[in-house]
Amino acid sequence: MRLELRINGSVRSLEVEPLKRLLDVLREDLILTGTKEGCGEGECGACAVLLDGQLVNSCLVAVCQAAGASVVTIEGLSSSALTPLQRSFVECGGAQCGICTPGMIVAGQCFLDSGAAATDEAVREAIAGNLCRCTGYTKIVESIQHAARETR
Amino acid sequence: MFDKPPTMKHADNSKSTVGHSPPRKDGPDKVTGRARYLDDLAFPGQLWGRTVRSQVPHGRIRSIEFDPRFDWSGIVRVTAADIPGDNIVQLIEDDQPMLAHDMVKHREEPIALLACADRERLEEALLHVDVKIDPLPPVLDLLLSTHVFKSYRIEAGDIKPAFADSSLRVVEGIYRVGHQEQMYIEPNAICAVPREDFGVTIYGSMQCPFYIHRGLQRLLKINDSQIAVIQVVTGGGFGGKEDYPTVLAGHAALLARKAGKPVKMIYKREEDVAATTKRHPAVLRYRTAVKPDGEFVACEIDVVMDGGAYVTLSPVVASRGVLHASGAYRWPHARIDCRVVQTHTPPNGAFRGFGVPQTLFGCEAHVEKIALELGLDPLLVRRKNALVVGDVMPTGQRLTESVSALPVLEAVAARSGYAAKREAAMEAARLPAGSARARKRRGIGLSLALHGAGFTGSGEAHLKSRAGLELTASGARVLSASTDIGQGTITVFSQLAAEALGVPLSMIEVAVNDTSRVPDSGPTVASRTTMVVGGTIARAAEAMARVLQGYVAQTHAVPAGEVCCVGGIFAARGRSLAPFESIARRYLDERGPLVCIEQYELPPGVQWDDAAYRGSAYPCYAWAATAVELEVDLDTYEIKLLDLVTASEFGKAIHPVLAEGQIEGGTVQALGYALLEEHIYVDGRLLNTRMQNYIIPTALDVPPMTTLILENPYSRGPHGAKGLGELPMDGPAPAVAAAVLSAIGKLIPDLPISPERVMKALHAA
Ligand code: FES
Ligand code: FES
Repeated sequence: MRLELRINGSVRSLEVEPLKRLLDVLREDLILTGTKEGCGEGECGACAVLLDGQLVNSCLVAVCQAAGASVVTIEGLSSSALTPLQRSFVECGGAQCGICTPGMIVAGQCFLDSGAAATDEAVREAIAGNLCRCTGYTKIVESIQHAARETR
Repeated sequence: MFDKPPTMKHADNSKSTVGHSPPRKDGPDKVTGRARYLDDLAFPGQLWGRTVRSQVPHGRIRSIEFDPRFDWSGIVRVTAADIPGDNIVQLIEDDQPMLAHDMVKHREEPIALLACADRERLEEALLHVDVKIDPLPPVLDLLLSTHVFKSYRIEAGDIKPAFADSSLRVVEGIYRVGHQEQMYIEPNAICAVPREDFGVTIYGSMQCPFYIHRGLQRLLKINDSQIAVIQVVTGGGFGGKEDYPTVLAGHAALLARKAGKPVKMIYKREEDVAATTKRHPAVLRYRTAVKPDGEFVACEIDVVMDGGAYVTLSPVVASRGVLHASGAYRWPHARIDCRVVQTHTPPNGAFRGFGVPQTLFGCEAHVEKIALELGLDPLLVRRKNALVVGDVMPTGQRLTESVSALPVLEAVAARSGYAAKREAAMEAARLPAGSARARKRRGIGLSLALHGAGFTGSGEAHLKSRAGLELTASGARVLSASTDIGQGTITVFSQLAAEALGVPLSMIEVAVNDTSRVPDSGPTVASRTTMVVGGTIARAAEAMARVLQGYVAQTHAVPAGEVCCVGGIFAARGRSLAPFESIARRYLDERGPLVCIEQYELPPGVQWDDAAYRGSAYPCYAWAATAVELEVDLDTYEIKLLDLVTASEFGKAIHPVLAEGQIEGGTVQALGYALLEEHIYVDGRLLNTRMQNYIIPTALDVPPMTTLILENPYSRGPHGAKGLGELPMDGPAPAVAAAVLSAIGKLIPDLPISPERVMKALHAA
């Protein structure tokens, strides 16, 4: 099936199987490999992207469900310079092995964009769907709070 | 609730970075999605590989049939008959086949391999391989196994008189811990690329490239020059990518050689959880004789660990376990036994802590039991018996420096408000049972842990690991086989090299981890990377600095002893002579390559007798205490963590932010071990193989954490550093058990401390 997606701001027309996972379309058809697969069943959040501004796990989205929608991946968050949130992750130790990091940053950005106050509780709630086995989350929470302070 | 706001000292290019926290070198790639993990790399013409497994835990293979009605075109098939060399997974013993051909010993045992360009056809093909196995009775309970892989005994003094002494109290306990899955977020992933010289190049997610480098030579009957193993960015390991990648690389290589094309094998989550190594389950019996005031006199400890079907790393896991089983305490008399046995379950292996989280849980839970039976405060019991400089451990090792059991204990006791909170918990326990306030009980508990740095016993002496650096036109390049699996190796090695050369961090790069180009600095395990390999790199950098100082002295006609390099500028007598890069370029032009490689030497006086099992098991130890405050709901039996404080002493933090990250991350893995993580096996089959049913902590499960770092430099570590990576895994589980005891008055001796176990404990008579 032929469908159109707005990927990181530019419209792409694709010939794909309608039930192909959005995750695979991003990684295989569009070579946007920043989005990761950790479980394939909606548990880890490594595949998180924004679909029309909503945080979704792209392993659970069939590409036909995204037809005509706008998708933002980790590659779409920054162009040349790092965003304040990405800088925070580097500076505060929010990334270790880094495999959860793209999903965490997409989730974190979604939270920052919501304008909600970055209390400990709210930030933890915002990333509760993203598993990290390396950091113990403390430095990820700090990274998001640090970016919230910088950008407001 | 943080001890201090995150302090990032940016790399000031003229100053030392050791003890500061420059941004990690691989940070920008990781936060932008540019870092390329194995699954992100494209290999032209590449096929996908899959594994046909046993499905029964024990049996004899009768036949392997490929359905003749199925279209096998374009599908590569491999069985044991295709193996050109030795059909083994090389590690300590040669008992594990790469592909089973007669016997199967666990349910996930690999029997055949398939590869195909099309993933859907590959999945279908898997259904058309018919393996007939005559089942044999499996042994699934570690206590019923009679096949002992390895056993150890440590003896000190004489325990008999102590247990016969009626003035002493005898306290006994049995503790049990189960499997724990590493659950790195990136599953095991390898790609094998065949070469024209009949060799193979392996790319993959791994901790120990040289394990694969050596293992595949035997498997494929190729020589050292026909193989290269390249570690790519690795999405977590925690021990789970120590030895298992050799299996996956072997499989991918066999398929790739037969196909003549690259073959990628990336496990699905369920397959990774079902088939790869986990933390060894254990049953631990403690029997102790103590004075009524809490002073320890004698211990008799018996540990049984479940090795699974093959030996793999079990002897070294059990050895590290037994060496830590008596904890951070003085025991005048001790007899400590440990055996690791075979069961017909997938082999267990390395997981952060490597036997110690098991034995320290037994030890620390037993200290709680001693305090309970004697009616003493467990903090006082720990204080009374904690090791200090001059004490002798059960192996005969005398502790001579950098011992911090008491300082870490006092630090967490003070910081957590232990005394007052324990008092309040005891007060609450006296409330009438029916009152509403009493339906949620708070408690606080603590634990004390030690962790030996580097390989056990004569391990480092045998390994003779080598590492160093080479001069480049823009600075220097670190050469080692030590992998960065998230912990920050690349950054820490760069800091150590930059410091010794007197150049900014930006002038140091780290070579691609390729076994055909870097020296063998040993595996990235055992909390050895900073102390052992980092120390070796620092020495190599000092050697390089001396060569260059000599060269500058010659070319600038100044005395060699007066040349130094600071902030990347060579100077003598306060006068700048030339930038490091220009000296490097001139040196390379005139004299050719400069490569400085050093070999690790055990510090003098560190001796170990493997036969007698006596001596210095480790050159030094790191120390940690943990305090946990929690609340137990007496109606739902749920446990809510309220606060957690750790204090750790590991010599010196080369990079404090990375060190805190290790402590916080290890602590949360240990909280999972304590409260959530449990595997259910039925007839040798693992039932919960998914993230949906094997639960690891989320951000909401983690309490506020205070991470205290104490420094007590070790004279033989780089800048005083010892090992850190595993230490934080050891203490939190027993601290949780202690806190639950403080809350409900019951010691739960098994992990995880699930609501079911809390309920049972509360309803037991
Ligand atoms: S891969 Fe999509 S949630 Fe894990
Ligand atoms: S940084 Fe490794 S999983 Fe989060």
